[in-house]
Amino acid sequence: MAEPLLSVRDLVVEFPTRRGTLRAIDRVSFDLKEGEVLGMVGESGAGKSITGAAIIGLIEPPGRIAGGEVRLRGERIDNLPPDRMRRVRGRRIGKVFQDPLTSLNPLYTVARQLTETIRTHLDVNEKEARRRAIALLDRVGIPAAARRIDDYPHHFSGGMRQRVVIALALCAEPELVIADEPTTALDVSVQAQIIDVLKEICAERGAAVMLITHDMGVIAETADRVAVLYAGRLAEIGPVRDVIKEAEHPYTAGLMGSIPTLTQTSDRLVQIPGSMPRLNAIPTGCAFNPRCTKVFDRCRVERPDPIDRGSGRQVACWLYDRAEARHD
Amino acid sequence: MLAFIIRRIAQSLLVMLVVAAVSFSLFRFVGDPISSMVGQEATMADREALREALGLNDPFLVQFARFVGNALQGNFGISYRLQQPVMELILSRLPATLELALISGIAAFAFGVTLGVYTALNRRGWISSGIMTVSLIGVSLPTFLIGVLLIWVFAVELQWLPSFGRGEVVGIGDWWRTGLLTESGRRSIILPAITLGLYQMTLIMRLVRAEMLEVLRTDYIKFARARGLSNRAVHFGHALKNTLVPVITITGLQLGSIIAFSIITETVFQWPGVGALFIRSVQFVDVPVMAAYLMMIALIFVVINLIVDLLYYAVDPRLRVERGSARH
Repeated sequence: MAEPLLSVRDLVVEFPTRRGTLRAIDRVSFDLKEGEVLGMVGESGAGKSITGAAIIGLIEPPGRIAGGEVRLRGERIDNLPPDRMRRVRGRRIGKVFQDPLTSLNPLYTVARQLTETIRTHLDVNEKEARRRAIALLDRVGIPAAARRIDDYPHHFSGGMRQRVVIALALCAEPELVIADEPTTALDVSVQAQIIDVLKEICAERGAAVMLITHDMGVIAETADRVAVLYAGRLAEIGPVRDVIKEAEHPYTAGLMGSIPTLTQTSDRLVQIPGSMPRLNAIPTGCAFNPRCTKVFDRCRVERPDPIDRGSGRQVACWLYDRAEARHD
Repeated sequence: MLAFIIRRIAQSLLVMLVVAAVSFSLFRFVGDPISSMVGQEATMADREALREALGLNDPFLVQFARFVGNALQGNFGISYRLQQPVMELILSRLPATLELALISGIAAFAFGVTLGVYTALNRRGWISSGIMTVSLIGVSLPTFLIGVLLIWVFAVELQWLPSFGRGEVVGIGDWWRTGLLTESGRRSIILPAITLGLYQMTLIMRLVRAEMLEVLRTDYIKFARARGLSNRAVHFGHALKNTLVPVITITGLQLGSIIAFSIITETVFQWPGVGALFIRSVQFVDVPVMAAYLMMIALIFVVINLIVDLLYYAVDPRLRVERGSARH
């Protein structure tokens, strides 16, 4: 198998607090192939955004990467000195933020923010940077881009601003784009458009996408593979079709069951009892065990590591351990 | 934009009229000027003649109209104490006050912004903690005490700088006499400028620090970092400009109060400005000078406010309302 574009191994992110250290990410591993779209789902606080921030090296202090490694094309990037990591950000890994209304500097024109970013990373003059910026704005679907480029962010609507944000994340031609809930703050009517633009333009440029969201519908339509996080741990990862059709981890199954579908005949949606544990009160064993319908003794004692299930699937659940299968 | 300016000017005129009414009331409520103007042996007839000559027997509204009419022509009457036109007196002393206020205002702004940015960017450093501690002293020490301390250290003990007066002055144009062009003049302005500006500097510094810390937490700064912009571009290009928007207002208003409250500094350093003139006038119930001084301070505040509003337009594109917001 070819070397993956991004490889995350046993990533641990910790936040020291007055009442002890919290593990926001606990030994998460996954790969991202070139040009692939990986969806990352989970409830709020499951660690989706922090995983994204860790990869791009922007975890807010006092939080820190306490273990594991992140490799981009085989090169470790989690321990680069600040100035070299800065040249990875934007240039090799772009990031799209959640709220387009607050992620653009209100005091500068779109042109200035774009050309500044382009010229930080690429060796082009102002005129060429501007030409590229206009072409990119045009590509993300801003009408009359050549004229609108000199407008300020507040002249654009929310959906248009998110297009500008996408243009900014992509303007230095990164190999990977981390999109952190890019549509959560937007109108339902423009969400699909934004996802389409993001997906198309990344496909054109061969950029891989890590799409962080809690919207399973978006994942189903957009992603090639999906990773499910629970309480800072990886519960399940695999091709989207397989995971949606036949979720193996009881948590994923519960998630899928809670999505309404048009063909469903039952009156009630399935609900997972209880709520995700706080980071300072994660139970021993499997983090999901108090809520799991298929829980047995081992789950309360021993933490399951991801188990290979073939065809690129991994599930962190004792149900799929060969030793347990024999017990049945 | 034009409508806005006209509206602001109309408001300013209203403010000035109210101040004129207050100033004018001084004439009626702060003792009887006649008794301080004439000698002990003046007869009742003499006093009555003087009262008639000064128009003090006319009805209130007539007197007020006359006061406003004269004020519009720059005529505030004759000083009771010095028997010179008030306007002439004030104009001859205004350059001293304005020079002092401008020098200390500019210094306060320059040092305040620099130190504020430094302490915000190096929040945990011990130099920053030192600056913040010292700034507390600057905020809490009364002006006259700072002035006396400075005189004691730099004029009495070290004998580096003069302790009073304005040094040698030279004329520019008809009435402006400046001390900034002579060696002794420049040396004389240092201590009073520090005294007058220290409080303002610490205020600006603390404000800049608080605003900057606020701005550094915003999404657009995180996004700027995620695009790999250099620290320099993030801090001074993106963060500082956003920090300065509210700082401009406060600084503008502070410039007004520097001029208004130069009274104490001018008294401590025997600085021949309008503040010192005002204090002498209060002692002698020289109402025309007091009224003119009040009007002048009000005018300065009003003008500065207007300039600050216009500066806002220059800095913040969101206020340029004529282009309409959120176009598609």
